[in-house]
Amino acid sequence: MTSALPDALAEIRDEFLALGQQERLQLLLEFSNELPELPERYQGHPDLFERVAECQSPVFLFVEVDDADVVHLFVTAPKESPTTRGFASILVQGLAGLTSAEVLAVPDDYPQTIGLSQAVSPLRLRGMAALLGRAKHQVGLKRRAA
Amino acid sequence: MSVAIDPSEKFAAYAHPERLVSTEWLAEHLGEPGLVVVESDEDVLLYETGHIPGSVKIDWHTDLNDPVVRDYVSPEQFAAVLGSKGIARDTTVVIYGDKNNWWAAYALWVFTLFGHEDVRLLDGGRDKWIAEGRELTTEATAAASADYPVVARDDSAVRAFKEDVLVHLGNGPLIDVRSAEEYSGERTEIPGYPTEGALRAGHIPSAASVPWAKAAAPDATFKTRDELEAVYLDGAGLEAGDDVIAYCRIGERSSHTWFVLTHLLGFENVKNYDGSWTEWGSAVRVPIVQGAEPGAVPAR
Repeated sequence: MTSALPDALAEIRDEFLALGQQERLQLLLEFSNELPELPERYQGHPDLFERVAECQSPVFLFVEVDDADVVHLFVTAPKESPTTRGFASILVQGLAGLTSAEVLAVPDDYPQTIGLSQAVSPLRLRGMAALLGRAKHQVGLKRRAA
Repeated sequence: MSVAIDPSEKFAAYAHPERLVSTEWLAEHLGEPGLVVVESDEDVLLYETGHIPGSVKIDWHTDLNDPVVRDYVSPEQFAAVLGSKGIARDTTVVIYGDKNNWWAAYALWVFTLFGHEDVRLLDGGRDKWIAEGRELTTEATAAASADYPVVARDDSAVRAFKEDVLVHLGNGPLIDVRSAEEYSGERTEIPGYPTEGALRAGHIPSAASVPWAKAAAPDATFKTRDELEAVYLDGAGLEAGDDVIAYCRIGERSSHTWFVLTHLLGFENVKNYDGSWTEWGSAVRVPIVQGAEPGAVPAR
């Protein structure tokens, strides 16, 4: 069974695939710079966040599912880890506004499909797969709790 | 060597002072003909966020590793990468990077496989340069391409393969530079790097545990010669003239230790086992010891 990729994630993928290898890195850097700061209500609440151990730098992730079943993903990663910030930012933008069921249906191999294997290396891309996996895991937990 | 050597007193105590430059030295020599500064980081985008003016980037995954076979690039690929960065065979190359120069030391070691003669590390790396408030730029460096010759890679002098380690066992010291938990076998991967795991946990029999960071001072520079001797000679029991093999998980942290033993302490036959634990810990029927003690080499 294949599920349709949510529009925003498909657009991001197409944007990357339309570029040459070096430009793909530049686009990833743009995403990195766009990773939003945590909203004030979550600042100073490190207890809420889950450490993404698969990432090579200290990355923390937190998922909120609101009353309308819409998922909100929050990620923090240090400035010294722009690649991880870029991965996180792609997911934050790509998952924005999706319902919990839609997030759970995002294919696990999405990170491998956006044309970064050569520019970034497959090993590093596993960090993004881990981010997606952790986000989906948290969505699953919060759905059950609701 | 084409560009003047850093005369710092600290470096003069090392076996090969010409292998290090200080941040002050680099700031003074930036732009000098015959010098190319290379940034080599764990993070593939860090260079793009700001780098030393005029420096070029060489990435360990995408520039130095073969994309298919687990090996380094071919002589042709190496020549193409270096030529495109404006590096000629007689260029003085200064490499710096993040995380206490892990990846910078790894790049330097790969340069050594190809016999590039004058390659140095920036003591303290990227962190120290930034901590001192020195200039960074996001401006792309327009490197004039150079003609780098196709030179055979010599895997015999500073690189060890699994077969070499098996022969070395019981005949010379091994240094395991991973964390204490990886060494004892409590975990197969470094905290934060589980994607580079192995099927079995522990260490190669008889290997001494000397985590690589014991060679680094808090400001990311190398410790002084006296401090390093306390770690590797008094602590790990190495003796002058020993043939040493260092390993970690994929060979990058052990490149850092290889650099220390070879260039700072003057051991003349040190090899880096780049297969390291990701190979040994997944290989069939190689001996493994668990726990905090080095353990004995099994009889053959």
